[in-house]
Amino acid sequence: MTPERLARGKELVARYPQAQSALIPFLQYCQEQDRYVTPRAIEDAAQIVGITPGEVESIASFYTLLFRQPVGRHIIQVCRTLSCMLRGAEALQDHIKRKLAIGHRESSADGQFYYEEVECLAACDRAPCLQHNLEFHYDLTPAAFDSLLERWRANPPSPAMPAE
Amino acid sequence: MARFEPVLMHGIGELDLADIAVYERNGGFAGLRKALKEMTPEAVANEVSASNLRGRGGAGFPTGKKWSFLPKDGRSRYLVCNCDEAEPGTFKDRMLLERTPLQIIEGLVISAYAIGAKTAFIYIRGEFLGGFRIFKEALAAARERHYVGPKILGTDFSLDVVIHRGAGAYICGEETAQLESLEGKRGEPRLKPPFPAISGLYGMPTVVNNVETLGYVKHVIERGAQWFASIGPARSPGPKIMSVSGHVRKPGNYEIPLGISARELIEEYAGGLLPGRSLKAFQPGGASSAALFSEDLDAGIDFDSLGAKRTMLGSGGFVVMDDTACMVRCAQTLTRFFEHESCGQCTPCREGGQWVARMVARLEAGEGSEQDLRVLGVINNTITGTNLCPLGDSIMPFLGSVLARFPEEFAAHVALGGCPLRAPIAGAA
Repeated sequence: MTPERLARGKELVARYPQAQSALIPFLQYCQEQDRYVTPRAIEDAAQIVGITPGEVESIASFYTLLFRQPVGRHIIQVCRTLSCMLRGAEALQDHIKRKLAIGHRESSADGQFYYEEVECLAACDRAPCLQHNLEFHYDLTPAAFDSLLERWRANPPSPAMPAE
Repeated sequence: MARFEPVLMHGIGELDLADIAVYERNGGFAGLRKALKEMTPEAVANEVSASNLRGRGGAGFPTGKKWSFLPKDGRSRYLVCNCDEAEPGTFKDRMLLERTPLQIIEGLVISAYAIGAKTAFIYIRGEFLGGFRIFKEALAAARERHYVGPKILGTDFSLDVVIHRGAGAYICGEETAQLESLEGKRGEPRLKPPFPAISGLYGMPTVVNNVETLGYVKHVIERGAQWFASIGPARSPGPKIMSVSGHVRKPGNYEIPLGISARELIEEYAGGLLPGRSLKAFQPGGASSAALFSEDLDAGIDFDSLGAKRTMLGSGGFVVMDDTACMVRCAQTLTRFFEHESCGQCTPCREGGQWVARMVARLEAGEGSEQDLRVLGVINNTITGTNLCPLGDSIMPFLGSVLARFPEEFAAHVALGGCPLRAPIAGAA
């Protein structure tokens, strides 16, 4: 474990009455550094909170915002639940998949884009919506998405999901 | 009709309430001052009980009663603010988090004072990164001005607040799953009893309250239990933020006095249906709620009236579906949701939820059979009421209600080999 990661782990542990509470925040921190939760991060987390790597695996696998494999730099998550479906999310989804030439939970070959259909993002009054590296975009049409795509290509975000 | 004067939503959209100076100038922390300087913790708790405030997260359990379950045995207790909003159709808590975080903080501190908690946690949904950042800044500003931290407002009451981000799991909105997740584990709900008040976070007495609920605590203290209790029906009083979405002209969050009709919410608040459309169905309280129909438009929006109609107020996630909406498609979307979000502990939810989702997906795709319809008609008995937590019980209500109300639509998907509302299917028998 790098000294920096160890220090961060200890700082997170100190926030809580019990060490294991720091597990998920620590994994989110590692994911921000490595772009996904690596096997190394699993072992580091086990050491930080005092449980086995197997237990960490089991816990990490429960949460949809923790990736266990590398994903594209632009993480595009489009809502697929009821209110967005009622306001045209399916057409948006079809457009995005065609445009990026990838499907649900796939990354583009050049490592730039990851696409996923997710459940309700709590933005139902501005449907359809999506998140791009956890940043909201609302009231989307295929044309509006295309404009965003150009902006993203010109200004790529920091890779992966920010931890804080 | 005069619009109800917003309470929690007052100033949202006009004032920058995340700015502590603005918040202070607009009644900010008046409730906290009153609680800490003029009232004992018991008096605060009694006021909340007298108001008949019921939880605004979904379960609608009386808040004062929940607090009263804490044992008087001297053990430390924790307060957890549940900001893991993920009930489909609900977007009120994210709005409160992002637009009026200091009001949440105020309600949280008052509540912690009432129950004698020295540490409070706020569990913020992982997807709400923007709201988390806003809240973090607001908390720092509140600390700086001694509304949080040691010796609040110069009194003997001290409170630490820890912000914890989720990482993607609808089930972590269920209070015991949230505690498991806060403890750094899989978000798998616990069997109740024991209730969190007896054995909660780290096994200690704990109260979990929704964001909106804590916000109303502030107002109950400021304006009095009598004021709150006199709004709407006696056993389901007070204001409530309804998140209205789907086929309406003005989707949005609307703070209503409980007890108004569904018709009034749709037509007076949300601008009515889209042009040329007619109402087909509406879900009053999130994905777990059974649908109501055009004959139910005069139903009162409150916990008991909707309960009497065999649906629920729930989170207040109010979704409107018009005549262009296929009920099978809607049911498919929701059963897929519950299959995805099941934690997997209980067989009827895990397996039954999966099979229900498959059957409804088959029906929607035009590959369903009479057998599927028959099974869906009886499966309620094995899936509902047989699981450890309410998620399993949420799989069937909407599906069952639209199956009963629109059986011909489901039958048509079988007979036609596809959806009768979409373009004609080539080669259908």
